[in-house]
Amino acid sequence: MSLDLALFTGINILLAWSVYLILLTGTLSFANGAFMALGAYVSGVLTAKFGIGYMPAMAMAAAASAVIGVLTGYPALRTRGIYLILVTLAITFFVQTAIENTKFVGGVQGMGGMMGTSFEIVYGSVIVVGALIWLLSRSPLQRVLDAVREDEHVAGAIGINVVYVRLALFGIGAALAAYAGGLYAHHMFFVAPDHFTIIVSVFIVLYVIMGGVNNMWGSVVGAVILTVLPEAIRFIGEWRQGVFGLLIVILLLFRRDGILPFRSVTARSGRKADA
Amino acid sequence: MSEPVLAVEALHVAYGPIKAVRGCTLRLDAGETVAVVGANGAGKTTLLRALSNLLPHESGSVRYLGAPTERAGPHELARRGLFHIPEGRGTLGRLEVRENLRIAYDVRPADRSFEAALERVFERFPRLRERHDQLAGTLSGGEQQMLALARALINPPRVLLVDEPSLGLAPALVEEAFAVLGEFHAEGIAILLVEQNVYSALRLAQRGYVLRQGEIVMEGPSAKLLADAEMLKHYLG
Repeated sequence: MSLDLALFTGINILLAWSVYLILLTGTLSFANGAFMALGAYVSGVLTAKFGIGYMPAMAMAAAASAVIGVLTGYPALRTRGIYLILVTLAITFFVQTAIENTKFVGGVQGMGGMMGTSFEIVYGSVIVVGALIWLLSRSPLQRVLDAVREDEHVAGAIGINVVYVRLALFGIGAALAAYAGGLYAHHMFFVAPDHFTIIVSVFIVLYVIMGGVNNMWGSVVGAVILTVLPEAIRFIGEWRQGVFGLLIVILLLFRRDGILPFRSVTARSGRKADA
Repeated sequence: MSEPVLAVEALHVAYGPIKAVRGCTLRLDAGETVAVVGANGAGKTTLLRALSNLLPHESGSVRYLGAPTERAGPHELARRGLFHIPEGRGTLGRLEVRENLRIAYDVRPADRSFEAALERVFERFPRLRERHDQLAGTLSGGEQQMLALARALINPPRVLLVDEPSLGLAPALVEEAFAVLGEFHAEGIAILLVEQNVYSALRLAQRGYVLRQGEIVMEGPSAKLLADAEMLKHYLG
């Protein structure tokens, strides 16, 4: 596997986790491509135009995206089901259009001047984020998230602030997607609005659904397979997209809960921990 | 006269153009069990949901422990001891029995440890001890109702709002559910019980309200309501 592909895989794992985190509260977000774009542009502009260091720029990009995530999430998360999905799609369309029409960041031409990234930075990030999500899955907070995902009315009735929990995870997911977007921008040295079309948002969701939504490892498996597979079947040429699509359909027909369907044992009652 | 724990004044609740609760005034005193009975569609569930702020009020006032509740979210009321057991039990089916209890404990911790609280619950509900590591969704209807009641017991609330605990249960299980409510009453928890099972509910409660098309049409001590069988029949259809 080339370094290039390895880096994309790592970035995609982070993106998959950004959707996974939001999905923990039952919200399927098609806005993460937009948050990724925000992160790419904010960190790109800060480093290329303002000379701010790499990591501070990344942190500021993540923070900005979290703020925008919470601001858009507050009205969006009042809707449910299919409407919420449409609202998150709309966020993706809006951000892409906004970037296309902003001269300062090059509009449709895109912008360059980023600093590059490295294997250590990308996979260091994957390990740190993975460790945090793993800790979350073993903490009491995981049960609160489970309750919100399972039934928001019941969760509210037993004393959980459902709106707050949903919003917090939406903001965290938006920040993580932005961080991954920052890595992407630096790795590419150049970004343009058409790097962040709706297809990107759809693919990130697909990593999670295909890998399995019930545990954090499903996102990893989904991201790795869907990143590496298109390269691996490059030899079939023109039909690549079609075969790829067919594989996804077959997989979802036979394994609806994804490749790794189990619910993390660690996330359960904590029986092992306190027995 | 002391302030009731729950005082409802001219409450109106609507789903869009449909007025489900029309000017209900009722009270629940400390330690009292009160039944709200009525036919299907009378507005009982709507009333209960509005009391715990799961539904917005159109007008009227609700006071809990003397303070208006209108600005509190459902979760805040639950933490302040106004606990709602929704219709259909509302157990979290994809979580284990023990996890269901753990969440309730984590959100509203009691003075005692979780282990101690759990032990108390399991003493009262031995079936739940046997099934503690089973997913709640795989329990029978009766067991799920017990789990819903046990979740309240893990940290006894001030006021319990119970929506149709007898729904879909076999007669023996209905009796058991009512027996548990009787124990809660003996412990001093005030209970507002909404039921279609009029006779069981009124036998348990000290007072009752009869709800018809969103309005309270009869109220009084349970014994008096039960004695007026003709009227009761008339209103319950």
